Amino acid sequence: MEELIISTIQRTMVAGTPLLLATTGEVICERSGILNLGVEGVMAVGAVTAFIVTMTTGHPWLGVLAAMAAGFAVSLIHAFASVTLQANQVVSGLALTMLGLGLSGMMGKPYVGRPLAVKMDDVAIPFLSDLPWIGKALFYQSPFLYLALVLAIAAWFLLERTRMGIQIKSTGENPKATETQGINVSLIRYACVLVGGMFSALAGAHLSISYSSSWVEGMTAGRGWIAIALTIFALWNPGRAIFASFIFGGIFVLQYLLQPLGISPNFLAMLPYLSTLFILLAISFKDPRRLNAPAWLGAAYKRGER
Amino acid sequence: MIRITTSDRYNITPLRSFMTNVVALGAGVLAISLIFLAAGVNPLYAVSQIFLESFGSVYGIKETITKAIPLILIGAGLTLAFRAKFWNIGAEGQLLMGAIFATWTAQHLGNALPSVVIVPLIFTAGFIGGALWGIIPAILKIKYAINEVITTLMLNYICAEFLTMLIVGPWKGKTRFGFPGTDALPDSAILGVLPGSRIHYATLILAIICSVGLCVLIYKTRFGYEARVVGENPDAGKYAGIDFLKTSLILMAISGGLAGFAGVGEVAGIHHYLGYPASVSSGYGFTAIIVAWLAKLNPLFAIVSGLFFAGIIVGGDAIQISLGLPAATVQIVNGLLLIFLIMGDYFLHNKVQIRWFRA
Repeated sequence: MEELIISTIQRTMVAGTPLLLATTGEVICERSGILNLGVEGVMAVGAVTAFIVTMTTGHPWLGVLAAMAAGFAVSLIHAFASVTLQANQVVSGLALTMLGLGLSGMMGKPYVGRPLAVKMDDVAIPFLSDLPWIGKALFYQSPFLYLALVLAIAAWFLLERTRMGIQIKSTGENPKATETQGINVSLIRYACVLVGGMFSALAGAHLSISYSSSWVEGMTAGRGWIAIALTIFALWNPGRAIFASFIFGGIFVLQYLLQPLGISPNFLAMLPYLSTLFILLAISFKDPRRLNAPAWLGAAYKRGER
Repeated sequence: MIRITTSDRYNITPLRSFMTNVVALGAGVLAISLIFLAAGVNPLYAVSQIFLESFGSVYGIKETITKAIPLILIGAGLTLAFRAKFWNIGAEGQLLMGAIFATWTAQHLGNALPSVVIVPLIFTAGFIGGALWGIIPAILKIKYAINEVITTLMLNYICAEFLTMLIVGPWKGKTRFGFPGTDALPDSAILGVLPGSRIHYATLILAIICSVGLCVLIYKTRFGYEARVVGENPDAGKYAGIDFLKTSLILMAISGGLAGFAGVGEVAGIHHYLGYPASVSSGYGFTAIIVAWLAKLNPLFAIVSGLFFAGIIVGGDAIQISLGLPAATVQIVNGLLLIFLIMGDYFLHNKVQIRWFRA
């Protein structure tokens, strides 16, 4: 029983890690006013890039860097289309998803079914991992988990406690007023979209070189979309995103826990998606007009337009 | 010194609009060629093969029309939804739900009724199924302000799992010898095809009627006008007293229902049984988004646009086999074309002037 609880907590943390990374990135991106629906595609590209580079070089951390670069490059397309060309952000994001999923499928084809020789090993935090119960569960984990937590806290700090955070938030709430302050709205938006893309790619990298050490097409399994929903659930706050991501990590793990009970595995597979709907419904009861959404989310802004 | 200025363009003529799309597609094809080069494939050969395979032979054209049927249906429905800025990404799920409802109807009523009765029945059932699945996100959006992109998408996954649950469980066919899927549909429920092809003409005719009908609906009726106002200027809509809930419900019912029709067509016209989600619909719901966008949200143009993208699917499948490219290639093509179409929109609405100055 004790083993079960420890392993459940452990697996929840692991399952929540990609969600946290992607959600944090999407929060930063959406706070600047750009809706990025391409998270799923960028995640897939990050996953396949990390996998390929890790397999060819034997260094997982190089894979991570490569994934970030790939995420940067791919989300540059969305940034260019949304910020400079003021295109419809919904459609641009969807196109990015298709492109990302397609590219990752193509690049990953020669690597399907080949396991990684070197994967990202779990790291034990020296003193804390020896604690009786939670030691193994919380502190003997993949470096991605620690990275995700650090990045989420850093993102919270950036948004809530720094001047740059105020600038980012104000480009999302009122880009016209922000522009009059002499702040370069386009630059901030570009930066936020690109950072968001890099985080999503990191989430993908976790999936392919830490969570599992193989590449399968479709391994993102809708996590990118869940991350987008989680940014709403987290009310665009990276701190709450931590909480939200691990709840959902738990739901993913729940599937496997409940399987031996004889419930249809397909129904269990529905759980994360059903939960997304219910959670969105739940917050909207508290908050019927989504008061916390950045006011200019998804709207194109042209400098000088009244 | 080069100076690039942009200014608003006011004279957007239909010809300019059309040419912009053509150029955008051309640029997209160039980008795709680069990808092919990177994959070690001769781009000229690959691109030309795609179009030759799908439009260059009678067999190819027949296959293209077959694949265009669901694209036209769903694409036309999406033009209505997108006009109201209701981003219906859930057409996959609506298609599957339509297929599920139609299969149930066919298997329970098909044995006792003649074709003439059962075929309209299964189409109606499919419409209802798709419409129901489409109405849920509409309610969630209007009453609870929940983003419809996420709800429609989640419903896709939920419906796919639901379908799988049905075919490995209560609906498992006795004649399938362990392979997941329902029994074959009763003969009276199977749609006729044009001889020598797989074109289930009933659905094709339905698709064309729906395109035309939607065109009339959008441009000539009050409902269509209200739907457009909801999308283009919701504030004006509010002041004019447009009932957002009713409008959204109806348009999503139509959009979902058309996807349901597509589902019926696939099951009753092509496969003749209900199998795994991936076998019923190979991403039609997502490709139809681009179909709608290329059609500039005009349901009539969705016919040509649907044929175009059906050609890409058929041609893509062909070169996948002959050149060893992965199935994901079609996704790349679709994604790139959509991106270039979006970028083209920018050049349509803005006049970009590049001037050369002497320093």
